[in-house]
Amino acid sequence: MIYIHVPFCDSKCPYCDFFSLPADESKIDEYAKAVTAQMEEYKSGNIEAQTVYFGGGTPSIIGAKRLAELLKGASQVFRVSETAEITVEVNPTFVDYPFFRALREAGVNRISMGMQSAIDSELKRLGRRHSKADVESAVRAAQRTGFENISLDIMLGLPDSSTESLNESIGFAASLGIQHISSYMLKLEENTPFYGMNLNLPDDEGTAEQYLFCVEELGKQGFGQYEISNFSKPGFESRHNLIYWHDEEYLGFGPSAHSFYKGRRFYCPRDMSAFLRGEKIDDGEGGSFEEFVMLGLRLSEGITRKSCEARFANGGTLYDTLLERSEALIHGTKNPQRMFTADKNRICLTPEGFLLSNTIISKLLP
Amino acid sequence: MDKSKIRNFSIIAHIDHGKSTLADRMLEETQSVALRDMENQILDNMELERERGITIKAHAVTLGYTAKSGEEYIFNLIDTPGHVDFNYEVSRSLAACEGAVLVVDSSQGIEAQTLANTYLAIDAGLEILPVLNKIDLPSADPERVVHEIEDIIGIPAEDAPRISAKTGLNIGEVMERIVTDIPAPAGDDNKPLQALIFDSYYDAYKGVIVYVRIKEGKVKSGDTIKMMATGAEFDVVECGYMQATSLLPKNELCAGEVGYITASIKDVRLTQVGDTVTLAENPATEPLAGYRAVQQMVFCGIYPADGAHYSDLRDALEKLQLNDASLTYEAETSIALGFGFRCGFLGLLHMEIIQERLEREYNLDLVTTAPSVVYHIRLTNGEELSIDNPTNYPDPTLIAGAEEPIADAHIYSPAEYVGNIMELCQERRGTFITMDYLDTDRVDIHYHLPLNEIIYDFFDALKSRSRGYASFDYELKGYVQSKLEKLDIMINGEVVDALSFIVHAEKAYPRARKMVEKLKENIPRQLFEIPIQACIGGKIIARETVKALRKDVLAKCYGGDITRKKKLLEKQKEGKKRMRQIGSVEVPQEAFMSVLKLDE
Repeated sequence: MIYIHVPFCDSKCPYCDFFSLPADESKIDEYAKAVTAQMEEYKSGNIEAQTVYFGGGTPSIIGAKRLAELLKGASQVFRVSETAEITVEVNPTFVDYPFFRALREAGVNRISMGMQSAIDSELKRLGRRHSKADVESAVRAAQRTGFENISLDIMLGLPDSSTESLNESIGFAASLGIQHISSYMLKLEENTPFYGMNLNLPDDEGTAEQYLFCVEELGKQGFGQYEISNFSKPGFESRHNLIYWHDEEYLGFGPSAHSFYKGRRFYCPRDMSAFLRGEKIDDGEGGSFEEFVMLGLRLSEGITRKSCEARFANGGTLYDTLLERSEALIHGTKNPQRMFTADKNRICLTPEGFLLSNTIISKLLP
Repeated sequence: MDKSKIRNFSIIAHIDHGKSTLADRMLEETQSVALRDMENQILDNMELERERGITIKAHAVTLGYTAKSGEEYIFNLIDTPGHVDFNYEVSRSLAACEGAVLVVDSSQGIEAQTLANTYLAIDAGLEILPVLNKIDLPSADPERVVHEIEDIIGIPAEDAPRISAKTGLNIGEVMERIVTDIPAPAGDDNKPLQALIFDSYYDAYKGVIVYVRIKEGKVKSGDTIKMMATGAEFDVVECGYMQATSLLPKNELCAGEVGYITASIKDVRLTQVGDTVTLAENPATEPLAGYRAVQQMVFCGIYPADGAHYSDLRDALEKLQLNDASLTYEAETSIALGFGFRCGFLGLLHMEIIQERLEREYNLDLVTTAPSVVYHIRLTNGEELSIDNPTNYPDPTLIAGAEEPIADAHIYSPAEYVGNIMELCQERRGTFITMDYLDTDRVDIHYHLPLNEIIYDFFDALKSRSRGYASFDYELKGYVQSKLEKLDIMINGEVVDALSFIVHAEKAYPRARKMVEKLKENIPRQLFEIPIQACIGGKIIARETVKALRKDVLAKCYGGDITRKKKLLEKQKEGKKRMRQIGSVEVPQEAFMSVLKLDE
């Protein structure tokens, strides 16, 4: 599990607060060298990588050749297995058949594309430079080169959106014969242009309605929900993301990339020069039961007694305590079955519960 | 000590009219404080006093002054508290003096508080020396203010010193006038000791330091003294003068002098303000007139925001009480708020000051309940009760009659706000008495107001409706028949004891309405819908609903940034700690506080 953050974008979307910089050629070279060098520090670790994930930013903007080189660099340090899931996030703009073909040849086997919406007016509003047609041709190109594991992003709660417009985006995505959909609710982040803008956003009730509609509609189209914001055809759950939710370890490279390695969490600052200097910020110990629950309850499968026992020496007791608190919450809350279920084997949230997961999780943890 | 060379006086002024600044100038003039130690308003030594510009505790200082004639004088300046809550303390401080310097802002004129204290001083037989301050301001109008003083107070003011305490202008004139206008004290050193206690404070090393004015007789270290009201006896360890920044021990204090006594006294409650100190051997036959036991007028519950800090709160109250015998507290338990204290105060400002000192000096986060006055309840079986806590309010079927305290209130305001102010007083069930024009623009509005209408947010409301120009003064007038009800608040079907209060029947509905609205605003949405109801004796008279939370989710996890999630979770848990659990509902501290200010 290797994450490589590619912090370059063609332009900055007004809602996005991820770390990114203009795609300047010399900067990209410097960056790529540093990633390779920093990976090499782990050479002696004999680390096996079940997944490699290029996230951004816009990884596609640095071109297939550089992505292939970075992947090659990773393979020389880590034992990237034959069956590894290797994902590249792409923007539907400026990707074509040769690009995907080059990625495939390099060993990439999964594409995650930032579609966001299939309504052109919504895309424009989001500051995206692509259209619905661009998405279609990009997906087709990827499929023609042999990609059989493609994910699309869809955003919920957009300005001027409704369940009807959402329905259109979902229908369009499903019609493309893809395997995975990530469906995120738009969140206004401070320090983004959207923050404080007078946008005609649906209220919490409206966004909640869209979310529940999305879960239901995707289900009908054969995309099962496996995490708060992730849906897939059976067997196409993102293995890389599951590593996060299962509270397992991973290494991240690039500015703002986070790692969890040998029990410690640490990250590189959101700053290119700090990254080039190899700066790391310690973020404390990882892997506590609290963390395990906080992440595990994001999954549809929830937390099981078995997973607790497998992970923690006193897992059974920990599970029982959690169960007790769950039952107390269920008891004190009107009609809670709507939100989550808890029995001696499993505690898990329903889609209604996912919508309130922050509150519920904070109540379940002491 | 030659008594003819002693001058005992206090300074009377409205907030901000320059009392403390003048006191500072006097200290400078007499070189009682080295310049390097000179801090603005040295007598107001509590942080809160400096900040609010008011004097909370009495202070006293002995100054040596060389008059223009070349003769040496002893000035005892007794700085009185400046608020109606401390009226009694003010009257005792004044009783320790022969004169008072009346400081009036020459741009603003006489305010309610000034007048109230001036009358106290006149009643105490003090010589009043008017001083016009702030004459350096462009808006100063000393002639107008001279007429105001002459018309309203009825003392000549034409030759009042015109000064600027800020710049030091004409301070010397004030000093000379103190010598010529204020009489020297009388008294006989050979009579049995009668010393008036006008303040005391607790010192960790010396025990209680008692501030006294010797009226008759004398006292020295080794004497056995007796407090005539409390009967407590002590052996004097030390006596002397209060200097600006230290104590100056002396062999003895004689009639006419102002000074301190220490006697290893552990409890400030044994040295009540207004009590008379005499000698155990050869005691005075009579105490000095005017002593009154402290009486608390306002009560409220004070709870630590975090229950774990209960013992810190107890320790803090204990320490505050060491210096403030007028504060009472006793432990009480609330279902909603846990362990806390029912505290009694002289009045509203006193209550605010104690709350603020607890928060600032002791770093406590507090939840307070609505303040209550003391109601007199007569039961059908003839029994009479004094109720200051809604929790103890009897079953309505057992009540034969009820009385509530009424305040005699004066509001001074520019004429243009009269309409607003009268409207406010009518809203607060006031009875109009009279209205007098002090001059063409300033009005004294006289009302009888139920005390329980004043203690909520009357002062804030008055300020906002007069743009801060109105001043206000009240004293307890007595009790009148009243129709009272106990109003309960239910959150999710459970009565929240800390939110109950006693209210006049007429005001029950509007109060209930506002309460439930405020609570709705301040209780965050939760996993389910929460009804908030106000009821009287089981009958619901107002309701609001906090809708169920619909969305609280962190949708995206970016590059494995688990920390952000963890922080969010920590924040949520931290927030939960500050919540009070009412059944399965979490109620934030702010919700309890929001209902204390309904006029906003």
